[in-house]
Amino acid sequence: MFNYYFGLAIRSLRRNIVLTVLMIAAVGVGIGASMTTLTVFRAMDSDPIPEKSRQLFAVQIDNWGPNAKGVGTGDSEHLQEQISYIDATGLMNARAAHRQSAMYVSGAALTPANPDVLPFQVQIRAAYADFFGMFDTPFLMGGPWSAADDKGHADVVVISRELNDKVFSGANSVGKMVNLDNHEYRVVGVMGSWEPVPKFYDLNNNAYGKSAEVYLPFTRAIDGQMQSWGNNNCNGKVGEPGWEGRLRSECVWLQFWAELPTAADVEHYRVFLNNYASDQQRLGRFTWPAHTRIRDVREWLVYQHAVSTEVRILVLVSFSFLLVCLLNAMGLMLAKIMGRAGDIGVRRALGASRRAIFGQCLIEAAVVGLAGGLLGLFLTALGLMGLRSLLSEEVTRLTHFSPADITIAVMLAVLATTLAGLYPTWRAAQVQPAWQLKAQ
Amino acid sequence: MEFRPIISAMRRNKIGAILIAVQMAITLAIMCNALFIIEQRVALSQRPTGADEANVLFIRNQWVGNPPDASARLQGDLAALRALPGVQDAFATNSVPMSGGGSTEGLNLHEDQKDATALAALYFGDEHAIAAFGLKLVAGRNFNSGDVVDKVGYTDLKSPTGIIVTRVLADKLFPGGNAVGQSVYGVARSGRTPIIGIVDRLQVPWVSAGGWGSKFNDSSMIEPFNFVSVFPFYYVVHTQPGQLNTVLQSAPKKLFDISRARVIEKTETMTAARAEAYKDDKGLVVILSVVCAALLAVTAFGIVGLTSYWVAQRRRQIGIRRALGATRNAIVQYFQTENLLIAGAGAAVGVALAVSLNLWMVNAFAMQRLNTSYALIGAIVVLLLGQAAVLWPALKAASIPPALATRAA
Repeated sequence: MFNYYFGLAIRSLRRNIVLTVLMIAAVGVGIGASMTTLTVFRAMDSDPIPEKSRQLFAVQIDNWGPNAKGVGTGDSEHLQEQISYIDATGLMNARAAHRQSAMYVSGAALTPANPDVLPFQVQIRAAYADFFGMFDTPFLMGGPWSAADDKGHADVVVISRELNDKVFSGANSVGKMVNLDNHEYRVVGVMGSWEPVPKFYDLNNNAYGKSAEVYLPFTRAIDGQMQSWGNNNCNGKVGEPGWEGRLRSECVWLQFWAELPTAADVEHYRVFLNNYASDQQRLGRFTWPAHTRIRDVREWLVYQHAVSTEVRILVLVSFSFLLVCLLNAMGLMLAKIMGRAGDIGVRRALGASRRAIFGQCLIEAAVVGLAGGLLGLFLTALGLMGLRSLLSEEVTRLTHFSPADITIAVMLAVLATTLAGLYPTWRAAQVQPAWQLKAQ
Repeated sequence: MEFRPIISAMRRNKIGAILIAVQMAITLAIMCNALFIIEQRVALSQRPTGADEANVLFIRNQWVGNPPDASARLQGDLAALRALPGVQDAFATNSVPMSGGGSTEGLNLHEDQKDATALAALYFGDEHAIAAFGLKLVAGRNFNSGDVVDKVGYTDLKSPTGIIVTRVLADKLFPGGNAVGQSVYGVARSGRTPIIGIVDRLQVPWVSAGGWGSKFNDSSMIEPFNFVSVFPFYYVVHTQPGQLNTVLQSAPKKLFDISRARVIEKTETMTAARAEAYKDDKGLVVILSVVCAALLAVTAFGIVGLTSYWVAQRRRQIGIRRALGATRNAIVQYFQTENLLIAGAGAAVGVALAVSLNLWMVNAFAMQRLNTSYALIGAIVVLLLGQAAVLWPALKAASIPPALATRAA
């Protein structure tokens, strides 16, 4: 039966080629536009660490109080997006979570061993050893540094695969030295490709940018007075000058993440954090009641508005566009089916049930949808190419078409077109055989 | 023109008419909001920085390590750049307009004021800063070499001897227009700082739409510091007219001749910096334009398709009307009026839809309120589009011979 209806659909579509082409083009253009933006949106909105996003928590502590005087005085809840060095060390010393790490972004000049090659800039992330286990970072060679290295402020680094290719031509560099800002560090591990999008653990600093090329112990970075290359936000008077002054200040410039595998762990950490802030109040550092918050990865992305306004606008526009295209296809389908009222009358008179007519017309709509979806796929590929040439690198890193996207595109096209075909199909099934035959 | 027969005919084709009207309404709503966004983004990307953009280039330099003689190296580089053929002037600074990175400070009129009177972007520079950017000093005086001292990174909290502010910042702090000679307090440090000069304009480093800088776009100040830091910083080089491309090659070469213990991250003209800074805005403009054009085309083809079907359906009736004496013009007018009625209804709904879509975006994306003239322009475009799209099927209808009426029955 399906094959017969499919054949009928093809024949009927070929009979009125202009209308058919218009319908397919409308569906295709609509799908192409909406899938192009949906691909980018899905990449921006995607869960960067799906297997663990409910177990990883960003920590916020109100260390400025209700009378904050800085340049950006936090959100509506008076919470800052980052924490101070005082709190970072306080939380690291307590080790109240399964795993935890304070971290920040820095940078340095790497001087290659070959004197003919000019020094170049590398992005550094200073973190604790837990960083790697917590975020499940892949390793190509070697592994993370140890907790002892954290304690010993060791001169060790984990480097990215890209940097290993550049400096060591991809050879095993574990145990070799790299020179950062005139200081030698020993490579303990080479990371595999690890580019979470968005860079959820530090959304304040280039959320869609590349991951760091060098990772080194937080304690070593603080010793080396490695300045934060990211966002620094200070509350009123900074206090004493110099690096020590910065460490003793209430300026917020560090990210802090905790891994809390079970609901009990989460509850326990909430209580711990509140007690920590209450202690600060007791010590006289905070003159306000404890005010803290933890958010998991998904909540953190929403809180930090990870999806850009531009992409939201484009998704809105392109889905409205798809709606117009579908209304269009619906109108054309209506015209086409009602133009064939005579045929339908004959089929009904020869014994076809309403259901049979309904099925036949719906399959015709689905065929249009399928053709439109295929055209849409082609247009999506074209659209993504267009985006890549038009937008900055941060956005174009999000324009990769995945097999899931292809399925979504074709399903969306067939489903939407079939839905749009429901009304014309229903009208077709209402055709009165006698009335049509009489009119002939 | 008689509307009654048109309306009673439309009643029999309710759904078709509604489909076209809804399409036109959505088209109108999207189009005028898109045009509005396009206009805003174009205006955004054309905002001046205040610098002599055609003749200025930036060099982003970073020392290797923290050389103890960084201050002397900085002065050596600057002396060499200023002596380079084709160069008018040069200075070193922590940040530049359109770079997207820099520092902000809140300024107060009184010590220990609760909320800052104004936010200002911080640029560090010496007495060459104004000439090297090509800024216009409109009141007070420039720095002299005695004002300028070294600042060792952002954690060096020393206060400036005096500051030069933009006109916008001066007016925000002292609306009376007497800013020069007055003093302000920085939120982050103690002591008051006199304003010694005012420049016409100097944009903040952050230029993205709705971003950090949109709160205080032209509110900047220059502090008399040589930025001696482990951070990457900028040399701003003002070239003589026509020498930009020569200096673009010779300046980094000269710097590497002085010392190779440095990273020059990039050397770019302000024109290139502008293209890069506004790339996403330009991209959005192109995408929205393409979508608008496609939207209009799809809607137009939809009208052609559906009207052609109506013409085909009413061939006999049209023949009868022609046989009864209706002119070709009357037939064309019939379809045009019909479309005008549909498009009119669509446009009315569309204007309402456009305004509510905009209101929603105002809430969701902190967008500006839609100028109603955009809705009106959109309505006119949609009405004209309908008329143009209906013309071809209407002409086909007009060519139906009156004899058809006698033949078919």
